[in-house]
Amino acid sequence: MASATLAPPSERTYRDFQRPLWKRVLLTREMAVVGALALVIAYASLTVKNFGAPITYTYLFLDIAAILLIALPMTLIIVTGEIDLSVASVVGLSSVLTGTLHQAGLPFPVAALVAIVAGAVAGSINGFLVTVVGLPSLAVTIGTLALFRGLAVGLLGTTAITDFPETWRDLATSKIPGTPIPSVVILIVVLAIVFAWLLHFTPFGRGIFAIGQSKEAAHFSGVRVERTKFILFVLSGAVAALAGIYYTLRYGSARGDNATGLELSVVAAVLLGGVSIFGGRGALHGPIAGALLIGAMASALRLASVTSDVINVITGTLLILSVVMPSLLAWAQSRRARRRGKRKGETPASAGATPGTAASS
Amino acid sequence: MTAPPAASPAAPTLVLDGVAKSFGPVVALRSGSLTLRPGSVHALIGENGAGKSTLVKIIAGLYQRDAGTFEYLGEPVDFTTTAESKDAGIAVIYQEPTLFPDLSVTENVFMGRQPTMSFGRIDKKAMRDEVVSLFEQLGVHVDPDRPTRGLSIADQQLVEIAKAMSLDAKVLVMDEPTAALSGVEVERLFSVARALRDEGRAILFISHRFDEVFDLCDTVTVMRDGEYISTSAIADTTVDQLVRQMVGRDVTDLFPKVVAPVGDVLLKVEGLTRTGVFHDVSFEVRAGEIVALAGLVGAGRSEIARAAFGVDPYDSGTVTVAGKPLPGGDPTKAMSRGLALIPEDRRRQGAVLDSGIARNVTLTIRDRLTRFGVLTNAAENASAREWAARFEVRAPSLDTLAGTLSGGNQQKVVIAKWLATEPSVLIVDEPTRGIDVGTKSEVHRLLSDLAGQGLAILMISSELPEVLGMADRVLVVHEGRITANLTREEATPEAVMHAATHSLEETR
Repeated sequence: MASATLAPPSERTYRDFQRPLWKRVLLTREMAVVGALALVIAYASLTVKNFGAPITYTYLFLDIAAILLIALPMTLIIVTGEIDLSVASVVGLSSVLTGTLHQAGLPFPVAALVAIVAGAVAGSINGFLVTVVGLPSLAVTIGTLALFRGLAVGLLGTTAITDFPETWRDLATSKIPGTPIPSVVILIVVLAIVFAWLLHFTPFGRGIFAIGQSKEAAHFSGVRVERTKFILFVLSGAVAALAGIYYTLRYGSARGDNATGLELSVVAAVLLGGVSIFGGRGALHGPIAGALLIGAMASALRLASVTSDVINVITGTLLILSVVMPSLLAWAQSRRARRRGKRKGETPASAGATPGTAASS
Repeated sequence: MTAPPAASPAAPTLVLDGVAKSFGPVVALRSGSLTLRPGSVHALIGENGAGKSTLVKIIAGLYQRDAGTFEYLGEPVDFTTTAESKDAGIAVIYQEPTLFPDLSVTENVFMGRQPTMSFGRIDKKAMRDEVVSLFEQLGVHVDPDRPTRGLSIADQQLVEIAKAMSLDAKVLVMDEPTAALSGVEVERLFSVARALRDEGRAILFISHRFDEVFDLCDTVTVMRDGEYISTSAIADTTVDQLVRQMVGRDVTDLFPKVVAPVGDVLLKVEGLTRTGVFHDVSFEVRAGEIVALAGLVGAGRSEIARAAFGVDPYDSGTVTVAGKPLPGGDPTKAMSRGLALIPEDRRRQGAVLDSGIARNVTLTIRDRLTRFGVLTNAAENASAREWAARFEVRAPSLDTLAGTLSGGNQQKVVIAKWLATEPSVLIVDEPTRGIDVGTKSEVHRLLSDLAGQGLAILMISSELPEVLGMADRVLVVHEGRITANLTREEATPEAVMHAATHSLEETR
């Protein structure tokens, strides 16, 4: 409309991207994690006895399936600059709800559906406290971590419900025919596609990144900041509940203390996968590779008879390195740039100035 | 240039001469000169952007000058940090005091240099005694033991002054200290200032209020466009003279304003109120019209614009767009109804600095670029390429981060992002702040063109020449109220400045 009669488009042309495709795809933090994963698998297959066996992969996927599932919505939440630490407690709550409702006579699918709805409600409580009341999500979800876990343990006490339909239990641990890959991977792949679409190929996803990079600019641009975050917390609760059902079937047991501490593994996988804890940066394949890397390392070390304490120390060190690396690299880069600037005799940019002239063509 | 008054009783405490400061391509201060003498209250006046604050920040050691001389107590000095200037005896009191709210008044006065006894224990009694005697000297009644949280701004400023006194400051700079004070509080501040003056300290007083300048000060320095204009004794000058010196320049040729045919009312604001921020604001903007909201920084202009667009809430009143009421507090809704807001703070509100040009330009129209539920880079780039070319954004590629662009190019990206929504009402808040002269006139030509195409434009600007050159009508805001509605003919620099510095009652 108005724009049509503005100054005619200039001769100026723009490339789509500064770097060629292979650099944009390969020289990323996500690909560094994928590379590390490939290295670990290759090295372990050669040196660790039995690591190459199909059964290792079956158990690897069965073990990290819950982490992988929850890491999907967690990635989106962390990209907005928030966090959800209550997910493992939602897993516990969902497990107990499924168990008790099924014991009370509800058909298993109905009980599971109720548990998923309850997970969404739990997520909406987080979302309400963060977006409407305006509390920091770290504090809110530490609170609901205790609250939901308390509810779960309170409902069932210290007992466990182990009576679940055989067909459902078998489904959780079954394999895709002809492969060592468990069927649950299909569920993970489907959800990963949905979340990748949501984060990378929708206006909603662009809003998620904008919120993480500058909440204020996003708000001024018409991104519904609070609504977006609320939806993400609800999704996180629902997916955590789904993971809770899987967890229950996989171990054949509904207990209040199921998956205690799982939230830390999830956050570790997401951060290891290159998602910035400060928000605004990340891609969904990173956390997936991150979860696989943590799982593969743990599995290889276990097979090599390393104790779980040592595995924890190694995982922790890796996580800290992955979080510190970008800052270290940026620091080294800026030092190099400054030294180069000095050699050329340029004055360093003043505090209020924009280092813009460098970008003009 | 007028020479400073020749016959002066005492040697100057502080002399700045020909001081300059730029930030990249933006010149904040061209040539600032100032002479402060002991036992004198010196006023520094000038329009927004005249360079007063930059000058103060150089005195405070926050900025380092690029050129010129700076002498303090007869010696040339180079303050590289605020601590150095503080130690030398220069204290700056800002409009909003920066105290620790949970510490007591006494603890705040001695923050970072508490007197100690043996084993490094803090000597609380010595601290308290000194504060009591300082307050007595200043004639201040504030409980030294209470936390500073909950103190009025006026009392907080007095605590800051006590802090300066305890450091035995020889120069006290007050940067618009009265902006948030009531009449009684201003009087009390003035009596403290006079007491300090009589002790032989040099005081620099920055204010937009002429009555205060004439009441308190004995000397006045005028600045304009980053340059020193004049220094004169208060007794030898008048308000009219000062206003002329503040604005005096030819403004008509600078902006190529084309008067467009005026159409229907597109934006109508009635009785808009946000308690404590702005009150009972009503105005209309018609198609083809550029209406300026003029006034001083902090008068509430941006707040009015933000509330109308919906990024801030308001308490009462209505906003009507093209005849239909617009619900408050929902920018997304406002956008769908044809409103666009190019905000004041480009780096925080306008652009997403860590994001590329394409993502920035298409953030506002991303819903439209979706095909079968999928939004791709290709769709974004195609749209962004067109807009970047139209505004000649200088960048090699569409994924160049907005944060690495110069101010003018960033502003082009922000303008593109909002014009991409094809608005019918465009609100621009300080559209040319901090951008180079060339881009500035491009922006002016663009705004004029857009009005010619039938957009209704509401422009907030602190630059008087821009307001007078561009606007068909000028609304002047003073302390959250509209104090004047001037036509293009009525809007003289003097009329606007007068309305911007006087409340409604005084204007009548």
